[in-house]
This record gives sequence, C-alpha cells and structure tokens, in this order.
Amino acid sequence: MASKTPLRWLRRNLVVLAGLFTLGYLLLPNIVVTVFSFNKPQGRYNYAWQEFSTDAWRQPCGVAGMCGSLSLSLQIALWATLGATALGTMIAFALVRYRFRARGPINSLIFLPMAMPEVVMGASLLTLFLNLGAQLGFWTILIAHIMFCLSFVVTAVKARVLSMDPRLEQAAQDLYAGPAQTFLRVTLPIAAPGIAAGALLAFALSFDDFIITNFNAGSTVTFPMFVWGSAQRGTPVQINVIGTAMFLVAVLCVLGAMAVGNRRRRRTA
Amino acid sequence: MTTLTEAPPPLAPAPPAGKPPRRRGRWTPYWLLLPGILWLCVFFALPMVYQASTSVQTGSLEDGYQVTWHFAAYWDALQAYWPQFLRSVLYAGSATVLCLVLGYPLAYLIAFRAGRWRNLVMILVIAPFFTSFLIRTLAWKTILADGGPVVGALDSLHVLSVTNWLGMTDGHRVLATPLAVVCGLTYNFLPFMVLPLYTSLERIDGRLHEAAGDLYATPLTTFRKVTFPLSMPGVVSGTLLTFIPASGDYVNSELLGSTNTQMIGNVIQSQFLRILDYPTAAALSFLLMAAILIMVTLYIRRSGTEDLV
Repeated sequence: MASKTPLRWLRRNLVVLAGLFTLGYLLLPNIVVTVFSFNKPQGRYNYAWQEFSTDAWRQPCGVAGMCGSLSLSLQIALWATLGATALGTMIAFALVRYRFRARGPINSLIFLPMAMPEVVMGASLLTLFLNLGAQLGFWTILIAHIMFCLSFVVTAVKARVLSMDPRLEQAAQDLYAGPAQTFLRVTLPIAAPGIAAGALLAFALSFDDFIITNFNAGSTVTFPMFVWGSAQRGTPVQINVIGTAMFLVAVLCVLGAMAVGNRRRRRTA
Repeated sequence: MTTLTEAPPPLAPAPPAGKPPRRRGRWTPYWLLLPGILWLCVFFALPMVYQASTSVQTGSLEDGYQVTWHFAAYWDALQAYWPQFLRSVLYAGSATVLCLVLGYPLAYLIAFRAGRWRNLVMILVIAPFFTSFLIRTLAWKTILADGGPVVGALDSLHVLSVTNWLGMTDGHRVLATPLAVVCGLTYNFLPFMVLPLYTSLERIDGRLHEAAGDLYATPLTTFRKVTFPLSMPGVVSGTLLTFIPASGDYVNSELLGSTNTQMIGNVIQSQFLRILDYPTAAALSFLLMAAILIMVTLYIRRSGTEDLV
C-alpha cells in the first residue's frame, strides 16, 4: 500500500510537474544569462564559464557602441508605442462603436500583418523604400515598427472596448456631460487597461524586433542588431548584464502594477 | 495577440430606441480609421504590390530592373531552394507540435492548478518577452555546448542515438544540428502557444469538470471529452501564432544551426541584403507567403473554427 501512495501522488500531479518543467525550460536561458553576466570570459566569446567577476556590472557601458544602440532602441520603442497606440486605439473604437461599410476588408487588413512572417513584411517594406529612394535609418525603422505594432494594439484595445457597457456613457451624457467630458472622464478610464496592455505589447515588440529592423535599418544599429553583430564578432559580458537588468525591470514593473491594482481594488471594494 | 481567440465582434451596441445617437456624425468612424488604415495601406499593402512587381522584373543592380513579367523567376527560385522550403515547414511543424505538447500542461497549470501562484507564474511566462530574444537565444549556445551537462545527459540517456537515427543530431553534438534549431524555435515561440491556450482554458466553467466527474468520467476522459474540445480555439490560434512566425524565422537557424540547417528565411535575408538579387528574393518571399496562406486556410477549414479570424 505504501508503495502505491507516491505513485498516486505522481499521477495526480503529473500536469503540475509537466507545467513546471515547461516553466523551467522557459526560464533556463534567463538563468544562464544572469549567471554568465558574472563571468570573466577568456577570449572573445562568453559561452564557457571561466571565473566569477563583477567587472561587467561595474562598467555596463564599457563596450563601444552598445549603450548608444540601447538608447536608440529605447527611443524608437517609445515613439513607436506612442504612434501605434494612438492610431490603434482610434481604429479599435471605430470598429467596435460604429457600424459602417468596409468593416470586413478593414478587419482583414488589420489581421494580415499579424499572420505574415516577419521576413516577408521586412523584405516588402524594403522594396518600397528602395523604389522610393528613401534614406534608410531612424525614420524607416520607426515607420516599420508603427506598422507591425498597430494590429496588436487594435486587438488589445478592441477586446477591452467590446466588454465596456455603452450605457455608462449614455448615463454620463444624461447627467449633462459634454462629449469631451464623457470621453475623458468615463470612456478613457474604462478603456485604459486595454490601451495600457496594447502599449506595453507594442513597446516590447518594437524594442525586441530584429528581423524587420534588419531589413529597414540601413547602417543604423539598434540594440538587437548590436547583439546580432556581437554573436559574430564575440559577445561582451555587458550584453548579459543588460539582459539580466531588463528581466528584473520587467518583473518589478509587473509586480508594481499588480500592487497598485490590488490597492485600488481594495479601496473601491 | 491572445485576443485571436476572441469570438467575432458582435455588432456595435445599438443606440436605445427612439433616441438617435447624439453628436456622432456619419463621418466620425471614417475619420477615426483614416490615419491608421492609411498607414497600413501605405506601409503594409503597398509594399506587397511593389514586391509583386519586383518578383517579375529582370535586370541587374548596375543596369536597373525592368518589369518583364518574367514568371520563370518563381520556378527557378523554387527549384533552387526547395530544400530550404521543405526544412522550414519541417522545423516549424516540429516546433509547433513541441510547443503544444510542452505548452498545454503549463497553460493548464496556470488556469486550474496554480491557485494563488497564478499571477507569479503568469509573470514568469511573460517577463522573458522583455529580455531581448536574441540574448536568450544566444544563451542556448551555452546550454547546448559540446560536452556540456545537457548534451552529456541526453547522450547517456541514449536520446542522442535516437535523434541521430532520425537525422536530427550528428554524433555527440547538438549545436549546429537540426535539433538545436528546433529547440530554439520551440523555446522562442512557446509563450505564443501558452497565452492563447491559457485564455481559452480559463473560460471553461469549472463545474463542467465536476459534472464530468459526477458522471463517472475518469480524469483522462474528462480531458479528452470536455477540456480539450473546449480549448480548441486556443489550440488553433496557438498553433497559428507558433507556426507562421517560426516558418519565416532565420535567427534560430543562423545562431544555433549550420549551413545545413538553413531555412527559407535565411535565403530571403541573404538574397535581399547580401547578394542583392531582388527579383529572386521577392519571388521567394511571395512563395513563402502563398504557401503559408494556403496551409493556414486549409487548417482553419479543417479545424472548423472559421469564425476565428
């Protein structure tokens, strides 16, 4: 009998164990990145453990060109987020709140960029820029990023606006709120979580994009392109430092947002 | 992206009867749509047209290109690069299946078994998104290093002899073999599988599980007859979100593979950016797009969830 119990426990928790295994698979590279940010590599490549050192953490910008590419990527991600969120929110509101012709084609036009491999989009955008004789660089990257982030923002905002009760806005108008007041004090606050989710997604997608950027950047180097180049030339440890820091910042931001959400929920409860 | 599982949008909420919508001009939706749709038309649809015209041009970089309706470019490209095409479908397909097998338990865990740990697990799934995926992919070079602990363990468990037989690995190496590329693809697109699966699992009413149990269904039967069918929208959108980007990816095969693991994305990339043979590159990327559209349409038809998109 006693030998049966562990087996039964294993059977009951098989899903949990398999799920935790997958979670481990997902997090393993992050752990490796963190550990190897404390490495002191010999030679150009940081792929084998040599000895413990905090050099890279003390001089995160000690590599030529890396922090410049990082700040360029942050700027592009910021502008792309602003652009895609503004355009995407407008589209989402129009699609959910109004009935008009051409909804079908517009829905497919928004869906297609998400269903298209990035190589295809990057390459076709490059043919456009080449045909127009555009100078590749900051602006072409920004145009591309707004383009591929847009659809994701629309879907995120649409989901939220769909679940909104339109009677709340009618109530505001019945209470003599003007259109602007209704929008700013009722509609926008309710739609905000969806807009925030869309913006966050756009930021992450833009900041991390390599494939489309690689086609449209010309000689401009964003952070993912710097990492790509360093894979050939030899990876500085500082790349692991940035990777670790980004992971920590992301976790802290989400934890902070959840704490704020909890407090607000408790207050309204 | 998880909202792909969303039901089709219901029609806009009708204004209450007898009260025409105030201050909503007939043209308002068009003004709201104009900037974004214009952006997509100019920078997404128009480039596709340009690419179509490039693919039927002949000429050279020095003399310039002319549209000659040279459709043979498609045939030539297909003949020259069919191994890469085949490889893309095979690798992306294997990665999608692995993502489903690995991702389902994790999505199930978050939806039904995580309890108060749910938010933490969710963060741990999403947070890697914010670390550059290139850095994480490079970390796999360390993990799968020759003679490293992972490869050693796989070898002593005789996994490598099986994968060698399948042609997935080569001797005692994992890096620079198809297995490494599939492993990287699986890893990179796993969150795109887990999130839609989670959204569709989370919507399942827990009482259905109880009802199945009350009707003497074993847990396995409950899963087979209740949980899995109800999670189909998540399965379909998850597999699409994994397969489509994976089949066009060239990062994993470049960083973790070798010249023998090149996918069609590698070819398009080098034709466009290194060899500067624009017509061939355009024809290849059109073929890739067409192949994916056909496969996706067939798949959606078969899985009977046409209302998905």
